[in-house]
Order: sequence, then C-alpha cells, then structure tokens
Amino acid sequence: MANKTISIGKTFMAGIWDENPVFRLLLGMCPTLAVTTAVKPSLTMGLSVIFVLVCSNVVVSLMRNLLKPHLRILMFTLSIATFVTIADLFLKAFMPIMSAELGPYLPLIIVNCLIICRAEACASKNGLFVSIIDAFGMGIGFTLVLCVLGGIRELLATGAIFEIPVMWENFVPWQAMRMPVGAFVTLGLMLGIVNLITGKKA
Amino acid sequence: MDRVYMLMMAFASIVIVNNLVFTKFLGICPYLGVSGRIDMAFGMGLAVTFVVTLAGTFTWLIDHFVLIPYGLDVTRYICFILVIAGAVQLVEMYLRKIFPPLYESFGIFLPLITTNCAILGLCLFINLWSIDNFLEAVVLSFGAGIGFTLAICIMAGIRENLKTADVPESLKGAPITLITAGLLTLGFMGFAGMIK
Repeated sequence: MANKTISIGKTFMAGIWDENPVFRLLLGMCPTLAVTTAVKPSLTMGLSVIFVLVCSNVVVSLMRNLLKPHLRILMFTLSIATFVTIADLFLKAFMPIMSAELGPYLPLIIVNCLIICRAEACASKNGLFVSIIDAFGMGIGFTLVLCVLGGIRELLATGAIFEIPVMWENFVPWQAMRMPVGAFVTLGLMLGIVNLITGKKA
Repeated sequence: MDRVYMLMMAFASIVIVNNLVFTKFLGICPYLGVSGRIDMAFGMGLAVTFVVTLAGTFTWLIDHFVLIPYGLDVTRYICFILVIAGAVQLVEMYLRKIFPPLYESFGIFLPLITTNCAILGLCLFINLWSIDNFLEAVVLSFGAGIGFTLAICIMAGIRENLKTADVPESLKGAPITLITAGLLTLGFMGFAGMIK
C-alpha cells in the first residue's frame, strides 16, 4: 500500500517538474506562447486544459481495450474535440469577454500535442486512477508554467499583475513584451534557466 | 480587376504581414522540431501547404453549405478535425507510394501534421474573419501554407549556421532556437501595418 502511494505521488510530481510538459517535453508550445500576454488568460487557458486533459484521459483509459491501432489517433482527437466543444461553450456562456480574448486558441486545445501525447503515452496503457492522477499532474504543471510566463510578461509589459499595478511610479512599460518577441525570448530564457538548475543538480 | 487585386492583397497579407508562425504562434511544434535541416524543412513545408490548402477549402465549403444552413455550428470543431485527419491520410498514402525516401525521413512528423496547430488554426481564423468569398478562402489557405514554408525554411537556414556558433551550455537546443525565433519575429514585425 505504501508503495502505491509513493508511485502515485511520483506520477503527480512528474508532471509538475521532472517531466514538465513545457520545460522538459516541449509540448503544447502554441498556446503557451500565444495566450500568455497576462496572468488572467493564462490561468483560464490552464484550467481549460486541465479540464479537457482529465476528461479525455478518463475516456481514453476506459476505452483502451477496444481501440484498434490505426484508428487510435482519430478516436483520441474526436474525444478531445468533444470536450473542447464543451469547454468552449461553457466559456462563451459564462465568461464572454475572456472567451473573445482567447479567440481561436481555445478550440486549438484540440491539437495541443500535450493532450494527445498523454492519451497515447499514459491513458491508453494505464488504468483509470493512474490516468486521472497523471492528467492532474501534467495539467497543473502546464498551468504553472503558463502563469509564470504570463506573470513575467504582464509585469514587464504593463507594470501590473492581475491588472493591479505593482511597479514603481516612473516605470516605463516594455512594449516588446506584449508582442510575439517577448513570448519567444522569455520562454527561451526560462528554458535556459531550468537547464542551468537541473544541470547543476546532476 | 478589383477582385484580382483584393486576392493578391489577401495572399501577401497572410504570407508576410499576418504570417501564422510569427504573429499567431501557430505551428510552433514542427517549426521547432523539423527545422534542423533545410531540405527536410522544405519537404515538411510543402506537405503542410498541400494539407492546409485542401483542409481550408473543404472546411470553408462544409461550414457554408452544411453547418451554417442546418444550424450545426456546435459540431464545427469535430467536423474540421475530421477533414484535416482525412487530408493528412491522403498525403501519407501518396508520399509512401511516390516518394518513399521522403516518407521515411519524415517519420513520426507526418501523422503529426494532423495535430499541427497551423492547419486547424487557419480553418478557425477563416471562420473568425467571416470570409464569405470562396476564392478568398482558397487563396488564404494556400498563402498560409506558403507562409509556413517560408518561416520554417528561414529557421532551418539559421539553425544550420547555429551549429558552428559558440552557444552557452544551458541555452543549447530548444532555448536558443526560441530566442532566434523571437528575433526573427522582430524582423517580420517591420511588415506590420503595411496591409491590414
């Protein structure tokens, strides 16, 4: 029993640090770069991804014995597309402004490599419970990176976090941070820093 | 004449000004994954161009003649992804038959075109910009593919030279590629505002 708890903790932590989807596996880069202009959209995106990831992992794990190999990917994408449609309609109904801001990037969760990769690598081989834990770990890891990146960009582009100003008075906003350049360069440097930290440990 | 001018403008805008990779962050995964060698990058670009032209055209047709008249908007994403998966299957079969070496060198990346955000992204953008002209939709889809090819080939060219550069240990690989991509987008931003 003790062994089981350890492996569950390990699966969960793997998603957050050891196999962090963005830093380690370089998956799901498009939404990572596109929606992180501020913390709020990043958080919404992260939560939607967690929802879709958990649901799709559950479905894929439940039908893993019925799958034919060549139809696998198609079944994955179809079940993911269904849940993304649910998430999209939910956001449109309850958070119309946020939904407009995310625009096509929310439906683009369908082709987020992270979700398909987890369906393929984890859910289609493991039982229901492990799949759910794995989905939560990966989803939270993804959300954390999104929020950190969004935080850095929002802080430097507007001098505020969650739209509350925190920088000193004469702070000159870095316009470039709002543009694509800011996303690419910040993420590149973050990856570099993570490499530096893990390189020292080893 | 007006119409031809409009189509040319749409083409130029999607290739250079609104390039999907540089301004919309679409198709970043293959952009980082396959851009190691320039010949492979070019092949990938062509495959994506073909799929995106097919997918963009068909999704526009399906959207306008089936989904909207019958009020089936809810199933839009599912229909789009099915069309794209079908188009990729077509390209895969064609390549395996006609160019086996190219097929071998693509490996896993070929089926992954299905999950290339650039393709679904373009179909969604065509829907979002409410393009109601069939020719414009075709031109935009084709232009998006050419824009992707342009971006991935430029990147591959830079990365081939980057191999001999002295890069700090922790920035090697993906980080330096991302930073390079950032500088490239800065260059492409010079075109912004040229065309709407």
